[in-house]
Amino acid sequence: MEFKHRHLLGLEPLSAAEIGLILDTAVPFKDMFTRSIKKTPALRGKTVVNLFYEPSTRTRISFELAEKRLSADVINVQTSTSSVVKGESLIDTVKTLESMKADIIVIRHSCAGVPIFLSKRVAASIVNAGDGRHEHPTQGLLDLFTIKEKKGRIEGLKVVIVGDIANSRVARSNIWGLLKLGAEVRLVGPSTLVSPGFEKFGVKIYNDLDKAIRDADVINILRIQLERMKQKLFPSIREYNHLYGIDEKRLKDVNPGVMIMHPGPMNRGIEISDLVADGPNAVITEQVTNGIAIRMAVLYLLAGNLAPADPGEE
Amino acid sequence: MSLLIKNGVIVDPLNGILEKKLDLLIEGTRVKKIATGLSAGPSDEVFDAKGMIVAPGFIDIHTHMREPGREDEERFYSGTRAAAMGGFTSIAAMPNTTPVIDSVVGVKFVQMLAEKEGVVSVYPIAAITKRQEGEELTEIGDLVDEGAAAISDDGLCVMNSEVMRRALEYARMFGVTVIQHAEDKYLAEGGMMNEGQVSLRIGLKGIPPVAEESVVSRDVLLARYTSGRLHIAHVSTRGTVDIIRAAKKQGINVTCEATGHHFSLTDDMLVEFDSNYKMNPPLRTKDDVDAVIAGLGDGTIDCIVSDHAPHTIFEKEQEFDYAPFGIIGLETLVPLAFSRLVSTGKLGIVKTVEKFLNGYKILNIPFEGLKEGARADVTVVDPAREFVYSLDSIVSKSRNTPFIGTKFTGSPVLTVVNGRVVMKDRRLLV
Repeated sequence: MEFKHRHLLGLEPLSAAEIGLILDTAVPFKDMFTRSIKKTPALRGKTVVNLFYEPSTRTRISFELAEKRLSADVINVQTSTSSVVKGESLIDTVKTLESMKADIIVIRHSCAGVPIFLSKRVAASIVNAGDGRHEHPTQGLLDLFTIKEKKGRIEGLKVVIVGDIANSRVARSNIWGLLKLGAEVRLVGPSTLVSPGFEKFGVKIYNDLDKAIRDADVINILRIQLERMKQKLFPSIREYNHLYGIDEKRLKDVNPGVMIMHPGPMNRGIEISDLVADGPNAVITEQVTNGIAIRMAVLYLLAGNLAPADPGEE
Repeated sequence: MSLLIKNGVIVDPLNGILEKKLDLLIEGTRVKKIATGLSAGPSDEVFDAKGMIVAPGFIDIHTHMREPGREDEERFYSGTRAAAMGGFTSIAAMPNTTPVIDSVVGVKFVQMLAEKEGVVSVYPIAAITKRQEGEELTEIGDLVDEGAAAISDDGLCVMNSEVMRRALEYARMFGVTVIQHAEDKYLAEGGMMNEGQVSLRIGLKGIPPVAEESVVSRDVLLARYTSGRLHIAHVSTRGTVDIIRAAKKQGINVTCEATGHHFSLTDDMLVEFDSNYKMNPPLRTKDDVDAVIAGLGDGTIDCIVSDHAPHTIFEKEQEFDYAPFGIIGLETLVPLAFSRLVSTGKLGIVKTVEKFLNGYKILNIPFEGLKEGARADVTVVDPAREFVYSLDSIVSKSRNTPFIGTKFTGSPVLTVVNGRVVMKDRRLLV
C-alpha cells in the first residue's frame, strides 16, 4: 500500500493500516541504523528544515540523524536565535524558509494547531514534532513500534499511561495510535489532570495507580511538569510522587514482564525512580533508538509525495 | 424627496402591525403614510417590496467600532457602512477602545465622529469602571447626561462583587442598563475554546460553561437585591439561559442577548484550529445552541446581536493561541437569522424582527417604529434573496469571519436612515 499523505500532522487522521505501514517501514531502517553507517538516497537533493520553537534534545537530534541518513540537506533553526526574537511572525518565518526551497519542515511549537495551520498555507511538507498539547505523532509511533517489537503485537495488550494526560501531546498521540491498533488503554492520574471525558474516546480512567497497573502489559510514564503545581492542579511534588510515582515497591505485585516506557526527559525520583528507570523492565533507551528508525520511515514515506520543485516538473 | 415602499408585508411589533400587507410612504425624514394601495407621485422613488418584510429600522446593541485606537481594524466610516449593509439603522458601540470611553470626553468624541463619518445612528456605551479596571465607578450620571445609552466593561468582566453591586445600585438612579460580560477570569484563564469533548480531544485549554454561569448567577442575585437593571451580554450556554429564565420568572429586571454565531456554530468547528472560529464567549456544544434557540423562542433572550469584533489579518493569521478573540458580524447577522432561524422554522418572523428591535428599549432609546409622523428608519428584508458572502464584497475594514463562501437565503435589501436610503439591493449608496 502507498502512504498518500503529504504531511504528518498527527495520528488521529491516520488509519490503522497507515500506522501499520509506517511501523513496518521502520523495521529495516532500524536494522540499517544500528548495524551500519550506510545512507540511503531517498531525500538526496532535498532540503529539510528543523524549525523548533521549543527546546528539545532527543526529538531534534533524532530527526536530524534520520534526515542525514536519508541523505537530505539539513538545516536546524532554533527560534531563540532567529528573527523570531525580533517579532517575526510564524507565517513570515515559514514563507522565508519556503523561498529558500525547503521541501520538508519539521516543526515543534508550544501552540496546538501550528502544523495544521502551516499545511494550509505553504507548499512544503509539514511534519509535526510536537504542537502544544495536541499531538506528537512520531513519539506515538515510536512508542507503538517499541511495544510491537518487544511484545510481538499491540492488539489486546493492556497499556497504562500515567501522568498529566490532559496536558500531554504524547498521551494524545499514544491514545489514538493504541486504540486504532486495538489495545486496551488505561489512563491514570489525579482527577484534575485526567478528565472523565476521556472515557468517551474508548479508554478506561483510573485515579488509583495500583488498580490500573495490576495486570498491565505496558506502563508508559509521562513527565510531570512542575508548573502544573502553580496552576493548582495538584498540591505538591511529594503528593504526586506518593500517589503516582513508579518505583520498585509499586511494581512488586505487578506482572513481572511489565514493560516500562518513558518519552523523556525524566524527572528521576518524581514520576519514576532510578531503580525502575535503569532496571530490566525499562526500555527507555531503546525508545530513543527506535525514534530514529521511525523518523526515517516517516520521512521516507513522505519523500514520495513531495510537491514538485518547479510547477512544470513531473 | 419621497420614497414609496410598495407591496411589502409590514412587521412592526412596536405598533402592533403584525404581518400586514401595507404600503409605506416616506417624505423627507418622516413616515408620511401607512396604508394599502398608495400610489407614487411623478418625482417619488418607488421600491417594490413584494414578498419582503418591511420593518422599523433594526438595531444591533453590541458592536465594536475600534475607534479611537485601532483604526487599522475598523472606523466609524467603515463600521457604520457595514451596519447599513447588514440592514441596521442603529448600532451601539462598546467602549473598550484605546483609550476606553470612560468619561464625557470619550462619549463626545464618539458622538462627533460618528455624526461626521457614520451613516447610521451610533449610540455610545460607556464603561462601568474607570479604564475598565473593575475598581472605581465612572461618572455614570455625567455619562448618561451626555448621551451614553448604557454602561459596560465588555471585553472584561466586572469580577469584584461589591463593585458590581454598587454599579447596579448607583446606575438605578438614572434608569440606565448595566451590561455584563459574564466570564469568571480565574475559571476562564488560559482558555481558548469551550471546555468539553472537543477541547479534550484536540488539546486546547477550555473555558468551562461555569465560568459564564457562575457570574450570571451572582449578577441576577445582585440585580434582585439592588433592583438594578442588568443585561447579560452574549449568552452562550444552556445553564445561562436557564438561570435568566428563572430570574425573569421571579420578576428580576434582567435582559440578555445572543450573537448570531451562538445560535448557529458549535465547538467541533474548531478541530482545524481556524481562528475564525475563535471568539469569546467561545462556541459551545449543539445542546447549548439548541438552548439559545429555545431561549429566543420563549422570550428569555431579548435581542440578537453581532458582537462585531474586527481584527486585522496579521493578528488572526497566527498561532491559534495568539490570535485575538472575535469575528466581524454586522453584514451577516440578519442573513444568518433568516437563513438559520426563520427559514428552518425555528423562530417566526415576528419574533425575529422583535429581536432586532428590543434593543431600543434596553438602551432607553425613544423609538416610535413605523408610525405616521415618526422618524423614517426602515429595514426591508427579502427572505428569499440568496447570496454568497464573498471576500471582495465585505464592507467592514476587517475580514475575520468564518462565513466567507457561505450561501445565505434571506438578506436585508433596503436600509433607510432618517429618510435617507443608505443601502439598496445589497449595494451601499453612501
